[in-house]
Amino acid sequence: MRAIILGIGNTILSDEGVGVHAAEALRAAYALPEGVEVIDGGTAGMELLDPLAGIDLLLVLDAVKAKRAPGTVICLVGKEVPVFFRSKLSPHQVSICDVLASLEFAGDPPKDLVLIGCEPLSLELGTELTPTVAEKVPEMVAAAVEQLAARGIKLEPCQDIVEAAPPPGRPKAGPVNGLRAERAEVTPSLGEGVGG
Amino acid sequence: MGQRITIDPITRIEGHLRIDCEVDGGKVKKAWSSGQMWRGVELILLGRDPRDAWAITQRICGVCTTVHAITSVRAVENALKMEVPLNAQYIRNLIILAHAVHDHIVHFYHLSALDWVDVVSALKADPDATSRLAESLSSWQGNGKFEMRAVKERLKGFVDGGQLGIFTNGYWGHPAMKLPPEVNLLAVAHYLQALDVQRKANKIVSILGSKTPHIQNVAVGGVSNAISTDSYSTLGVERLLAIKGWIDELADFVKNVYLIDVAAVGAFYADWTKYGAGVTNYLAVPDIPLDTKGTQFALPGGYIANKDLGSFKPIKTFNDDFWAKGVEESSKHSWYEGSKALHPYKGETKPQYTDFKDDGKYSWLKSPTFYGKPAQVGPLSRVLCMLAAGHEPTKKYATAALDTVSALAKTKVGLDAMHSTIGRHAARAVSCAVQVDMLADQWQLLVNNIAKGDVTTFNKPVFPKGEIMGQGYHEAPRGALSHWVVIDNGKIKNYQCVVPSTWNACPRNEKDEPGPYEASIADNPIADPERPLEVLRTVHSFDPCIACAIHVTDTENGSAITVKAK
Repeated sequence: MRAIILGIGNTILSDEGVGVHAAEALRAAYALPEGVEVIDGGTAGMELLDPLAGIDLLLVLDAVKAKRAPGTVICLVGKEVPVFFRSKLSPHQVSICDVLASLEFAGDPPKDLVLIGCEPLSLELGTELTPTVAEKVPEMVAAAVEQLAARGIKLEPCQDIVEAAPPPGRPKAGPVNGLRAERAEVTPSLGEGVGG
Repeated sequence: MGQRITIDPITRIEGHLRIDCEVDGGKVKKAWSSGQMWRGVELILLGRDPRDAWAITQRICGVCTTVHAITSVRAVENALKMEVPLNAQYIRNLIILAHAVHDHIVHFYHLSALDWVDVVSALKADPDATSRLAESLSSWQGNGKFEMRAVKERLKGFVDGGQLGIFTNGYWGHPAMKLPPEVNLLAVAHYLQALDVQRKANKIVSILGSKTPHIQNVAVGGVSNAISTDSYSTLGVERLLAIKGWIDELADFVKNVYLIDVAAVGAFYADWTKYGAGVTNYLAVPDIPLDTKGTQFALPGGYIANKDLGSFKPIKTFNDDFWAKGVEESSKHSWYEGSKALHPYKGETKPQYTDFKDDGKYSWLKSPTFYGKPAQVGPLSRVLCMLAAGHEPTKKYATAALDTVSALAKTKVGLDAMHSTIGRHAARAVSCAVQVDMLADQWQLLVNNIAKGDVTTFNKPVFPKGEIMGQGYHEAPRGALSHWVVIDNGKIKNYQCVVPSTWNACPRNEKDEPGPYEASIADNPIADPERPLEVLRTVHSFDPCIACAIHVTDTENGSAITVKAK
């Protein structure tokens, strides 16, 4: 079974990016079984055609403007999802709708769809979530885990496992090469480093 | 006064664009292009580390994720007067070109072909005749009769199942649809094949960029790709060979399918060579640097005034004053304070919203000018500048495309036809063919350089005390993109992005001259004001993408696109 957990949203417009934050929270907290992948889709559109083609399950995490109280988490499944994207509730309806339409036409759409959304409080510029929405991220993650479990995908909490040994094909986060390590050293002391 | 048409939003694009037209006697008399969301990425960058700007700016947009990352590091490197290792230039060039090829294929087949192709009419096509037509035009292996029969069957199932509605706002059966059923079926077949091919371009970007969407491998001073010929975890022989395989597949499709399809559509819509010229001052920046300093480029750029190729003036280096001193932005008709045109280093972003005022402020986009004139950017500008610069590969593909159009239309179609709505599509295909060859060239240059033993990919930036400023430009798929940064004691003091869709979708400028969209829509015929397909054709021909020109927010105003004719 191939499943994609896709976080979408604009991470520089505060709560608009909640989908990406939730996807990253899920990635950090759980070990993913073979065939299950988390994608930070950001604001991407047609670039998602490739990863979303021919999969069994697409679980989307996104900011959702459904005129509910800010922080309300909603869950839609199956046929409700594309309808939802077409009715302009999601800020990303154009791209995701086009991606799904193209895949549908090509005979390659995800076999199953789940959308877990959170009503945003603020769409102002900013890289942080508002506290109202930030505290709902665990609820979104839990909802995602539950929906996956209902479809036979069981996620195990992963902190210890990652520390011990990263799963094959998924290198542990860390310096890619000398550059990252060097940057990490330089950044905190930039103020002093200025000169010369 | 005639009828007023408002299209809000324009669909099948990224971002939120509203177009207003005054229509009289079946023609557009006057047009307004309005960005409906406010951009403020500049504000979020103030006070930040310039080495982080690329990661933030690339989150502006979902269509051109790579381009802001690349332009941002170029701007900071320009401020620091840095050189970038050759390998880093080549790797960035490969990402730039793979992204451009991806963008152009997807734009034509998946985002704009539906303006010209009537999917429902394809059901009337004879698949065997479609195949014969296709095989007379090209040697592509996907044009056989069994393929065409299968596509028609699939399409029939799709339409019978009532699923066509997923394509928002397709104008099936519109009187302005002119392709014969066989050409429509061929286009549908290639739509599906393009869906498969575009993935190869995306794979190149994800291997080199470490992630897509939103690449992670650029850095001020180079790239973070480690190169080694004897490690599987770095950029090594295995990955390089995989990339070459994908480049070859892309080249086959672009030259034997895309370029020919565009010529065929152009031949059947030859009347559209008369519409949509708009602003014919053309601006393109050079790109695909071949040295560490950015003084030699594989892709030439410059400025053409009033469609006279003889007036071409090249932009030569990353430090070119002709470029850097010519750009200004006015907010006289934009929802920002002030009205005087300002240089981007002095640019201000202070919002001042009024309602939509036809003669006053009506857009969140500013209005950029080059030496006081509005300028069109994008593939048409790029191709015309490359032709003016005597670029041989561009001559080759432009001539081939025009010859195919002439043969199919049974009349001589010359370069002048390019100044039009359909000409922008043709230019995009020509540009794509040039760029897919360039992709192979850059791959070879990278491999040769690694073979010499050079594995350097990064020079470390050092930020001086005091104030410095720099600009970076990039010939993005949609045209000239530039970032302008002022850095004070190692922190960002001012940051302005002058994006391609701002050049093209801008409102009237300080002298009240219309921008390229506005000028190109004027005079377009309108067969049915309730279904203004013609306006969409012209606007879509620019490949609009205004998420970076403005921002993603407003979602509560209605359930679908509104076309108001009153």
